[in-house]
Amino acid sequence: MEYQAKELFAKHDVPVTLGIVANTPAEARAAAEQLGTVVVKAQVKAGGRGKAGGVKLAKTPDEAEQHAAAILGMEIKGLTVNRVLIAPAASIEEEYYFSFLLDRAQRQYLCIASVEGGVEIEEVAKTNPDAVKKIDIDPGSGVDEEKARAIVAEAKFPEALVEQAVQTVLALWKVFVEEDATLVEVNPLARLAGDKLEALDGKVSLDENADFRHEDHAAFVIRDEEDPLESQAKDKGLNYVKLDGEVGIIGNGAGLVMSTLDVVAYAGEKHGGVKPANFLDIGGGANAQVMADGLHVILGDAQVKSVFVNVFGGITACDEVANGIKGALEILGDEATKPLVVRLDGNNVAEGRRILDELAHPLVTQVDTMDGAADKAAELANA
Amino acid sequence: MSIYLNKDSKIIVQGMTGGMGSKHTTLMLDAGSNIVGGVNARKAGTSVELGGKELPVFGSVKEAMSETGADVSVVFVPPAFTKDACIEAIDAGIGLLVVITEGVPVQDTAEVWSYLQGKDTRMIGPNCPGIITPEESLAGITPHTIAGKGPVGLVSKSGTLTYQMMYELRDYGFSTAIGIGGDPVIGTTHIDALAAFEADPETKAIVMIGEIGGDAEERAAAYIKDNVTKPVVGYVAGFTAPEGKTMGHAGAIVSGSSGTAQAKKEALEAVGVKVGKTPSETAALMREVLQNL
Repeated sequence: MEYQAKELFAKHDVPVTLGIVANTPAEARAAAEQLGTVVVKAQVKAGGRGKAGGVKLAKTPDEAEQHAAAILGMEIKGLTVNRVLIAPAASIEEEYYFSFLLDRAQRQYLCIASVEGGVEIEEVAKTNPDAVKKIDIDPGSGVDEEKARAIVAEAKFPEALVEQAVQTVLALWKVFVEEDATLVEVNPLARLAGDKLEALDGKVSLDENADFRHEDHAAFVIRDEEDPLESQAKDKGLNYVKLDGEVGIIGNGAGLVMSTLDVVAYAGEKHGGVKPANFLDIGGGANAQVMADGLHVILGDAQVKSVFVNVFGGITACDEVANGIKGALEILGDEATKPLVVRLDGNNVAEGRRILDELAHPLVTQVDTMDGAADKAAELANA
Repeated sequence: MSIYLNKDSKIIVQGMTGGMGSKHTTLMLDAGSNIVGGVNARKAGTSVELGGKELPVFGSVKEAMSETGADVSVVFVPPAFTKDACIEAIDAGIGLLVVITEGVPVQDTAEVWSYLQGKDTRMIGPNCPGIITPEESLAGITPHTIAGKGPVGLVSKSGTLTYQMMYELRDYGFSTAIGIGGDPVIGTTHIDALAAFEADPETKAIVMIGEIGGDAEERAAAYIKDNVTKPVVGYVAGFTAPEGKTMGHAGAIVSGSSGTAQAKKEALEAVGVKVGKTPSETAALMREVLQNL
């Protein structure tokens, strides 16, 4: 979110005014009393906040309180606004756009800069593509002062701002590399009265794979912004994404689970339009505890009517998976109330299927193929 | 023939003495791989017995290569050390570097990729199951028991979908199956593998498995149009994935209109690649192709 991006900017000496985060209209009022004329800005992870009515100028503390009352609780692109940023109003003379990002296709970094107006950068890119400069950055050599000067020259920052721009580019580069970001965006980067360059709004995407070397990044995860089931799954170390459907999904391997969602959605077309309820990858080791944790999270979703366990025994053999399911049902006991459709295939499949046949649990149905099992799970969810 | 890996490949394992490394070294030996040693600076000069074979541990990749003639390294070291392990192997001039490690920071991979330019190393991965040439050699974690040798070349972003597809077509078998990994930045791409399969006389048809995110499948489609004469059957996972959510693989995230499964499917079909809606339908399409060869 904006206020978090600004904290990272400040940490690396990008020129920025932090403002005050408010969770209630009263807090917004108090902040405005301290800061004077302010802008009340909705804090959600989505663009187009201004257009949605989530950004308002407030000349008095009364106005700040009223705007905050209107904005808090508002929905922007499906996200509820739980906090606002109270930022001192700035007198903007010009707006620019600047970002560093990972360019997947070219396997390098890219700097995108434009001095032709900030907020509607996508528009500028369409109508005046020459005004949007794209500069390749080699991950091996990065951005030093010489490169920063080249970027500033290419982007054609006004003469009076060149030195500030170079320092800002170097500071933003530090945010990008030292925080392990995949995107650092300033929009707008503004020229304020008195030729002062300042980052007025920004976005930073961090690479979760790099969390091991950034203990402070955990603080950026705001629990009230997460789905409660997703939070619970994360605590158990499970890779779970909540979706809006009726068929719970457990599988091993991200690709296979994604594929399972698709197959269930196709099957659902024949069964009243039921859809997959979630993505859940239990990874390689399908032991009883992991399986129980996964089922626990899925059964916590009131929308779920049936569960499809789709496991391909690769390194983990199917008999281990079958014993995992058996153990999970023992751990869950009365909590397991929804039908489970299990499809096992691959390594040691005969033994895996035998274990589940022998278990003869009333909730468990085995189907040999992925398509057949998806069909059965969709049928049960539509019953 | 095969691509990148065959019975003559001499393999070392970086991180062989760790949990994952020792487990999978044993499995690679079971698969018939010619594992000639491991690398661990702190245990240099010792040896480890795995799968009934005494394997020497060397202090560096360079030393391991000069002592054993190794030309392939499989990396199992933890994410925090993966970048250094890769750079060490590249500096030593390893021919094939297979990086299994999951969770490598993308900036580390980008740096390794930059470092690799103009050097002699081919990198596969990171975050991938590696490569298997059935009945010859395995450099990675793909179960060697799923399928034997045959006419199908397989390239996939996903590990378990690789296994699933090998299982579906196990009666035909595979020349080589390669899992390139689902990270945003990877070494060997779909296009690299397609080019290698096209040049490999043993490969008669190719299965290409993609998933949401990025535009690798679209670029592969453009490549197929101009460069691949062998039949290609495709599959793309993630039609039902919502925008903006990461689905397990760091690379599997749909942003905006690009990177959707539908866009990838259309791009592939536009160049004559038959695309299955499900893994089993994809396998059925490949069966038709193989029967008509």
